[in-house]
Parts: sequence; C-alpha cells; structure tokens
Amino acid sequence: MSTQALLSQLLLGLINGSFYAILSLGLAVIFGLLNIINFAHGALYMVGAFCALLAMRWLGIGYWGALVIAPLVVGALGVVIERLMLRRLYQLDHLYGLLLTFGLALIAEGFFRWSFGITGESYPVPAELHGGVDIGIMYLPLYRAWVVVASLVVCVATWYLIDRTSLGARLRAATERPRLTQALGINVPVLVTATYAAGVALAAYAGVLAAPILQVNPLMGSNLIIVVFAVVVIGGMGSILGSIVTGLGLGLLEGLTKVFYPEASAVVIFVIMVMVLLVRPAGLFGKAA
Amino acid sequence: MRARYILLILLGIAAPFFIYPTFLMKILCFALFATAFNLLLGFGGLLSFGHAAFFGGAAYICATASKDWGLTPELSILIGGLYAGTLGALFGWLAVRRSGIYFAMITLALAQLIFFLALQLPFTGGEEGIQGVPRGRLLGLVDLSDNVAMYFFVLAVCCAGFWLIHRTIHSPFGNALTAIRENEARAISLGYDVSRYKLLAFILSATIAGVAGALKALVFQLATLTDVHWHMSGQVVLMTLVGGLGTIFGPAVGAITIVSLENQLADRVGSWVTVIMGFMFVFCVLLFRRGIVGEFNAWRAARRNVGSAAVSSDAR
Repeated sequence: MSTQALLSQLLLGLINGSFYAILSLGLAVIFGLLNIINFAHGALYMVGAFCALLAMRWLGIGYWGALVIAPLVVGALGVVIERLMLRRLYQLDHLYGLLLTFGLALIAEGFFRWSFGITGESYPVPAELHGGVDIGIMYLPLYRAWVVVASLVVCVATWYLIDRTSLGARLRAATERPRLTQALGINVPVLVTATYAAGVALAAYAGVLAAPILQVNPLMGSNLIIVVFAVVVIGGMGSILGSIVTGLGLGLLEGLTKVFYPEASAVVIFVIMVMVLLVRPAGLFGKAA
Repeated sequence: MRARYILLILLGIAAPFFIYPTFLMKILCFALFATAFNLLLGFGGLLSFGHAAFFGGAAYICATASKDWGLTPELSILIGGLYAGTLGALFGWLAVRRSGIYFAMITLALAQLIFFLALQLPFTGGEEGIQGVPRGRLLGLVDLSDNVAMYFFVLAVCCAGFWLIHRTIHSPFGNALTAIRENEARAISLGYDVSRYKLLAFILSATIAGVAGALKALVFQLATLTDVHWHMSGQVVLMTLVGGLGTIFGPAVGAITIVSLENQLADRVGSWVTVIMGFMFVFCVLLFRRGIVGEFNAWRAARRNVGSAAVSSDAR
C-alpha cells in the first residue's frame, strides 16, 4: 500500500470524521438543551444538500451562496418544527421526541425520494477549489482540504460560542435549570427554539459541504445518521469538545480500516461502540449515567 | 373476558375462508412481532429501535435451516427463535447498561451491525436475499405448501405466542416490569434487580419477535434485507404506537391497520408509503398517543364514569 494511497484514505477518513463531528455536535447541542434525540438530523443534512442543488438550478446561486442560504432555510424549518411540534412534547417521556423526529425524517426522505429518485444528482465543485496541490507526500485535492478546514472552523467556533461566551453561558444555564434561568429573566423558550434551529443549520451546512463530494441523494442522511448515533454513544453526550474529538477520531479509524481491512469498514464504528459500552457505558467523554 | 378470547379464536379459524390467507398470515406475523415488541416498550418502558435484527435475522436463519439444511418447519422456526433469543441476550446485556434514549440508540446501532452482516455474509444472498424457501412438512406429516394448512399452523404459533406474552404480563414478573417502568428508583429501593428484569424482558421480546420473523420467512418463502433494515424496526414501533402502547390488543390492531394500509397503497409509488408512515408517526405522537385501543379503552372508561380514564381492567 503506497503512502499516497494510505494518506488519501486518511484524508477521506478525516473528511468523514468532519461530517461525523459536525453532525454529532449538532445532535449534542440539541440534546443538551431539549433532551430530544433529533432523528431528523440526517434528513435535514440531506435537505441542506438539496437546498444547495436547487438553489443552483432554480436561482442560479452558486456554492458560496448556498453555504449561507441552506443553513438559513433549514434553520427556518427548524424553527417551525420546534415551535409547532417539539414544543408540545417536552413534558412527556423523551422517547416521543425521538419518535416525532423519526417521523419527520421519514417524511423528508420519502418526499425527496418521490421527487428525485434514489440515484444521486451531482453537484459541481466550486471553480475556486478545483484541482489540487502537490505537498510532497501526496497530492492534496483542494476541495477536500477545504471541507476539513471549514468543518473544523465551524466546530471550534460552536465550541467557543457555547463554552466561552455569555450567550453560551445562558444556554448552559438553561440546560441545567430551565425554570430558574427563566425566572432570572432569560427568555428560555426563544433560546430553545434558536438552539434547535442552530443545530439543524449546522447539519445543513454539513450537507452543502458534502454536496460536491458525495452524490446529492435522498438516502444520504439516513445512511449517515445511524453511524452518527453510534459516534454519539461512543463519545458520550457530556461535552461539545468530546463530540468533535470523537467524530474526527472515528472517521480516521474508519479510514484506516478501509485501508487494512476493507470488509469491516462499515461495521468498525459499531464494533467500537460495543467495546466502549463494555468499558465505559457513559461514553468516552460522557458524565456517569 | 374469556369469551372474548374464544370469540377471537373462532374468528381466526373462520377467517381464511373469507379473506385471502396469505394476507391474514402476514397480519398474524406482524401482530406477533408488534405484541412482542410491546412487551418491551409498553410494559417495560424500553424503546428498542433495533428489533428488526431479531425479526429479520431469524427470518434468514429459518430460511437457511429450511432450504439448505432441509429441516422441518417447526425445527426451523425453533432455531430462528433460538438465534433471536441468544442475540437478544447479547444485545440486551449491552443495552440495559443505559436507559431511555441511549438504550434506543444502542439497539439501533447494534441492529445496524446485523444489517451489514446480512448484507455481506455469503449465506444471506446479499441484495437478493434467500429465495425459494420450502415450507416443508410440519412434523414430517402435514404439507404446508397449501395456504390454508400453513395458515392454521401460523395461527397456532401466534396464539401460543400471544398466550405466552399475556401470561408474562399478568404475572409477578410482569407486574415488576410495570413497576420498573413507572418508577425505576422506587423499584430499586424495593430490592428488585432492575437490570435482570429488563434483560429477561428483552430476551423474551427478542425471541418471540424472532419466531414471528421465522414464520414470515416460511409464509413468503423469502428472507431479504428489508426484514433487517431499520425501517422495519420503525414499522413495528409505528404499529405499536398506532394500536396503543401498553395495551394487550393494541399492537395487533396496529399491525392490522398498517399492513392493510400498505396493502391498499401497494400500487402507488413506493416512496409515498414512507411519507405516509412518517405522517402517521407525527400524528400519533402529537395527537393520538394512546393509540386506537388506548383511545377506545379511555372512551369506554369515560362512559362508565370510572375515575381515571387511562385504566381498564381487562387491558392491563
């Protein structure tokens, strides 16, 4: 196995890991505040990718515009979902939230499947990021490098926002003690809606990033979401940083497995999940159950 | 109460002469699947999102046993059930370490493992699945290729399954399970080994779900990836939800509803079924949480002016 091949698989693994990181980050943020596992996360990632595609086809808006528009559109969708539907479920068993978002995911997936079929649509790599650069040890495709950088920047920015700013402090306060926080004058319901919208906007952002690499097809979300669930179980819901690190790490591991033992690459993350559950049921970064 | 069951059995015996037996058999298999699932969810309070691994996996095992090993149907089903029980013990042991949402996610991920195994292992036939599974001769005597004969076999197995679940629910074990669902901390303080109860319920639920899957493989003489896909796990959740969580007949009613609906919509484009299923999920979770049987029980209790509308003596 040549170094070039190994490194390019690792790069691919890093890219997958970036998607895992962004998506599990969004899930963790939503779960932290709403206590709902957003099964629709994968579907909204897919919707984000389709937003980019349709923005190009119907409005002639290119990639860079899509990077802004798709999260906004999906974020608005998130606001609608949260206010109309999720809000009614907070006082119930948390499983109902999972079931509702599962239903939403089915609706989205079924609708796009009916509209577009299951063969993917291709989305062009933006002109500025065509080609690659030879960095000595390997040929580095520009777009893929950009994906990793763009994902990391967003993840770190989100972490910073939550961990180091006063807005983040309010968010964390609302997560731990919603009533007390509300009594102190902070508008918790708005914060909750905004959090859900931001979480799914993150997913849409990942969708746009993914569009030129993967085919934009209605099943791209459901294939990914279950792996992301496993990532979340492995990382634990304890910390934002934990989701990022776990996502990236598992992506890399998956890439490595593809190199040395390709048949197991689809299941390696689940196997790791089993191992982690045996040793640390709360996850690597999770707080004890 | 007993009269009700006798009536149902009589209906079941008469049914194949009025309704297409294969359709009835499909309903029975899914009703058993959903009832087994409800044991875990409605009575144990544990949402397993990976029951397709037991249902579909047992279908594959049973199909292999019947086709490649030439076993008689009751043995094939037994082996399918054993597989499901063993897998249930393994998955359950891993999953009960966490509760609630994590439990659901873990079961989902573990079931995905089985899906990928089913996709890649040689004996499962990959995308095509195992086809042309012989129904065989029951006990070496009764040829089950006749649909009516097969129907009565399926009816008998399903009745046995329902009876087992019914007995489990109305037993000290079942009561303990309900107690754990209602207030786990209190159950622990009363000295119940909560993990053991959950695990046992999980194994039982998985085994019966496996039997249902094995039956289905023999009925349709087919075992495919659809049976182990997570959509199947979602479908059984929907059936239970639509029919009524935590009621005895709810899942069966839900199974009848969903299977009939799918039957009617079969001629439309496949993707719309997914959308409709999604809408049903959303609708049930938001507005119809008690399900058909649950709402019916509540209506009946309200008519009788009993204090709490959520409890009916014969549904629990």
